[in-house]
Amino acid sequence: MAAWSIYISFIGALVLAFLPRSRVACARWIALLTAVAGLAFAFTAAFPAGAGNFHELARHDWVPGIGATYLLGVDGISLTLILLTGLAAICGVLFSWNVRERVPEFFALYSALIGSVYGVFLSFDLLLFFVFYELAIVPKYFLIAIYGSTRREYGAMKLALYSFVGSAMVLVGLLAAYALSGGQTFDLLRLAQHPFPREFQMWAFPLVFVGFAILAGLWPFHTWAPTGHVAAPTAASMLLAGVIMKLGAYGCLRVALTLFPRGLEPWGFQVLAFGSWQDVFGFLGAMGIVSGAMVALVQQDFKFVIGYSSVSHMGFVLLGLVSLSTVGLRGAVLQMFSHGVIAGLLFGVVGRMVYDRAHTRDFALLSGLRLGQSLPFAAIIFCLAGFASMGMPGFSGFVAELQVLTGAWHAFPWLVMLSGLGLVIGVAYTLRAMQKAFFSDASGVDAGNGHAVSLDPEPVTWPERIGALILLLASLAVGLYPRILMDWIERGLATPVFDALRLGGLT
Amino acid sequence: MSVIDNLWWIPVLPLVAAGVTAVLPRSSRRWSAGLAIGSMVGALLGSLLAFGVAADFAQAHPGVVQVRNFSWFQVGETWVRLGWLLDPLTAVMLVMVSFVGLLIFIYSVGYMAHDANFTRFFCFLSLFAAAMLGLLIANSLLLLFICWELVGLTSYLLIGFWFQKPSAAAAAKKAFITTRVGDIAFLLGIVWLYSEAGTVLFYDRGAGCLETGVLADLLSSVNGFGISAATSIALLVFLGAVGKSGQFPLHVWLPDAMEGPTPVSALIHAATMVAAGVFLVARTYPLMAAVPTVPDHAPPAITTTAETHASIVSETHGEAARGAVSTALKVVTWTGVLTALMAAGIAVAQTDIKRILAYSTVSQLGFMMLGLGTGGVGVGMFHLITHAFFKALLFMGAGSVIHGCHEVQDIRYMGGLRRSMPVTFATYAVGMMALAGVPVFFSGFWSKDAIFHAAHGWGPSAMPFYLGLAAALLTAFYMTRQVCYVFFGEGRNPVPGDGHHAVQAPHESPGVMTVPLSILAACAVLLGVLGTPAWPWFQSFVGGTSLTLDWAELRSTESLRIMGWSALVVILGIGVGWRLYARISSDPKAPDALCRVRPDIYSLLENKFYVDEIYAATVVRGHAGWARLCAWAETWLWAGAVQAAAYATVGLSWCNRVFDEYLVNFSFDRLCGGLGNGGGWASRWQNGRVQFYLRFIGVGVVLLALMMIWGCRA
Repeated sequence: MAAWSIYISFIGALVLAFLPRSRVACARWIALLTAVAGLAFAFTAAFPAGAGNFHELARHDWVPGIGATYLLGVDGISLTLILLTGLAAICGVLFSWNVRERVPEFFALYSALIGSVYGVFLSFDLLLFFVFYELAIVPKYFLIAIYGSTRREYGAMKLALYSFVGSAMVLVGLLAAYALSGGQTFDLLRLAQHPFPREFQMWAFPLVFVGFAILAGLWPFHTWAPTGHVAAPTAASMLLAGVIMKLGAYGCLRVALTLFPRGLEPWGFQVLAFGSWQDVFGFLGAMGIVSGAMVALVQQDFKFVIGYSSVSHMGFVLLGLVSLSTVGLRGAVLQMFSHGVIAGLLFGVVGRMVYDRAHTRDFALLSGLRLGQSLPFAAIIFCLAGFASMGMPGFSGFVAELQVLTGAWHAFPWLVMLSGLGLVIGVAYTLRAMQKAFFSDASGVDAGNGHAVSLDPEPVTWPERIGALILLLASLAVGLYPRILMDWIERGLATPVFDALRLGGLT
Repeated sequence: MSVIDNLWWIPVLPLVAAGVTAVLPRSSRRWSAGLAIGSMVGALLGSLLAFGVAADFAQAHPGVVQVRNFSWFQVGETWVRLGWLLDPLTAVMLVMVSFVGLLIFIYSVGYMAHDANFTRFFCFLSLFAAAMLGLLIANSLLLLFICWELVGLTSYLLIGFWFQKPSAAAAAKKAFITTRVGDIAFLLGIVWLYSEAGTVLFYDRGAGCLETGVLADLLSSVNGFGISAATSIALLVFLGAVGKSGQFPLHVWLPDAMEGPTPVSALIHAATMVAAGVFLVARTYPLMAAVPTVPDHAPPAITTTAETHASIVSETHGEAARGAVSTALKVVTWTGVLTALMAAGIAVAQTDIKRILAYSTVSQLGFMMLGLGTGGVGVGMFHLITHAFFKALLFMGAGSVIHGCHEVQDIRYMGGLRRSMPVTFATYAVGMMALAGVPVFFSGFWSKDAIFHAAHGWGPSAMPFYLGLAAALLTAFYMTRQVCYVFFGEGRNPVPGDGHHAVQAPHESPGVMTVPLSILAACAVLLGVLGTPAWPWFQSFVGGTSLTLDWAELRSTESLRIMGWSALVVILGIGVGWRLYARISSDPKAPDALCRVRPDIYSLLENKFYVDEIYAATVVRGHAGWARLCAWAETWLWAGAVQAAAYATVGLSWCNRVFDEYLVNFSFDRLCGGLGNGGGWASRWQNGRVQFYLRFIGVGVVLLALMMIWGCRA
């Protein structure tokens, strides 16, 4: 049944694409229904006994000549991520309730994007996986280029180019693996059992890992993320940070780590104190955490702060992935969920609640508007989301980051300490943004034309409220009772797909 | 249905109150205050009950801790387990926090009566109380950390309660970030501990991280720098305590935190939250004090030196302490004593009534650390408890003064208040004498005396003892100065600055404020009885040792000598203070008496040893610089690299274009052209004229004929 979350999204997209342009309300409701149905179908995977173990959803011949099958399946990791996708999709629609131009097309592209994302998370055939992965780029480009704001064509093009470069690297690695395994199958489950030679893994691993990690915001290939986030319309930036970045991280975990686990072994020599790809990527992850936080600290654009904070938080995912410890991997998966929810919420507040009303994201202007008084709901939600983002216990971020740090401690104690620095700066930039945007007492004078700004914004609407509360509650629920996800993640990491990784010294 | 099973109700009650208050409309003031106070009464009753149970249990099974653990989520093969515990330390703190908290809640009703956000205030206060009580009963370093963070969060919210004031917003931010620096060290300590020991529970039937088995493992694992894991973890945890308890060098946030409403200062930044750091050290004392027992290749065994040392301190003082003192405890001691001395010095030259008290708090927290480091849990915690009462008293007295003087906080503009605010004056005087340590009748004297006892007998060095005495001297001095300025002499109104305020006579505060003051004053006197050398009930209760009433102890030469020292410095401090400040000029702008004597020292102290400035010049600027560097790298280096790649691609594309245009296309065009020409040429053959075709057919026939003839001939 969970496979229907893909189909229903594409069906919704088709219906929306043929809807007359004037049927705005109808389009919204269809999009919302599609998203809710997608989540509902995704949820069906949570109920069978042993949810979290691998379940096959569909297997058909696709291109028999080359051994490609249409193979869908779900395990605990996929389950966590499709639930995240469903939540983000619903909230994205709710936060897009005010889109006015070309509404059916907007939601059609949006639903198509969601469908492809479901597809990526559910595919267990590498070719199929890759097709969905590529498919996601197309609607993303149009969403940003047509409906975006600041420098949207640039942002969209940058995002698309980065994505394609990553895809190209991945494709090379995948085809090489396919050829080397005998050219029989693209089935991930079978390829993961194939013992690729160590020398091959040594170059294929970084190729595929980086290819995917570009989309996960790996430092220093992350610069697409802030510009893309800023350019994107609210719903798209929520998805971009919430789900699309997870596609990259998911690819790293699902493909790079399972096919080429020996690529993490020591090289046998040292370059600048790096002795293996594990060290290199661990370092890049930690650099992402610290550098992203630092850059966020000096931004003048509200959305850029959140954009860079995404880079910082995704650093934890990457650090967890290469920690080669079960605890770290679990933390990484949980952090994917947690960041998806929290970043989605932050982008929702900034993009929809603030920008759509104040029409500026510049702190210098925002600080004169006293939004804390005129938009108390937005202020409270941003404070709570900010506390969640800075890793306050009780929210999901704390449990996830704690596990990543614990897992990474054995492999890289110094990097963990460096990441601790990132956490401190995380507090600083969040508080700074919070204060400048909502609680500043600067005189309300417009820097541009010198006359006083008075903003009497429309109150926060019900769709926004519901969307914000859904995401906030999701973060709180996971933070207070992590077992609701941890049990699935736990089982997902115990499936045979990860056998090679376990043999490769996963602790 | 035993008490320990239901211990979690104590923090949950205020939590529920906070939750309900959060959704109440702003206008329901009565409800919010009622809920908060009601929940605190409940928590107090629960705490008293728990106290009774703990006391009974401690009698029956000394040294055993009651715990309840539960699983939170799975990590690796193990479960992360949390739990709560009940031991004398927790019981004492529970009673103190809920009692002082309750009084301050009641007092707040009067103090915040005119504030528009009254409801929100009580919501935050209840949340704070919940987190603080949770911190006390936590049986897991992780749960403790969670509550610790929540406590910090509510502190942030309450300091910034009047966020419209830029100074308040800045102070809140500073407090949060500064303590967060310590918290991250604490978190790393937890992570390290977890990866070494596989547990973060304190007590777990012999497998907890404070129990001997795990401690032995921690001690035997030594890292590359020759420091045992136990020491490293202890130091990291202590760094967390340094941040929260305002110890040097992370003390800078506490004085600024006085921007919050005064009840907040009293509750959070004097009595409870700042003491959490001290409590943390006390809670993890076995870890802090763990030293490997010496050589002889004996299997590593643990001695928790000062824990037992505390109760027998009077027998060992004067000679070198037995057993080694752990590195962590040395750090605790020295940090404490230096903080005590430094902050007391700074307090001498401040003019804001609350800031003086804030520095005094920093200094007293230093004393507590000194007590913990040299004397053990009982000694440090005794001072914590007595301090909580008299410092809350002082802050609330200061609040009453501020309230009565219409929000004036500068002591130079007060004066003569003893006549207009008699109750406040009397209670404040009690608090002041307790803080200064006036002999025999005040609790502060006895708790400080215990610390001096311990410090005097401390093995590694005698310096802390003398430095502590110096700090005590300064304490007596600055408190005398403050009281002289505020309550004696003539009134130095009007209000400074604007002159908009009508000159209003100061007035006494309402009963809802003065009654809590009187209760606290009574406690500030009476609590001393619990910890005299003759009957050290407190130390023995917390330390888990037997208790005897021994009057001889009080008369022993050693005790008398130390009490004599301590009394001497107090009298000296008060005397000098009185001499300098009893007759101060009635002009608020006149320079300080000390400033006339030694302007250089005064200005150094007034500027708080320039620590803030040093931080601004180093840490903050360095940080900003680094951040800008990162941003620069972002825009130029990475974006530059990408740009370069882009240009390279474009350049390459141009090359390709040229290649295409002039090589591929050229040949292609030529080929096509050639083909076209060829076609044109060929098409001329197909011109439709029959004669032309016949002619060629004829030629063909002839050629064929010739070929055939040629063939036949051969």
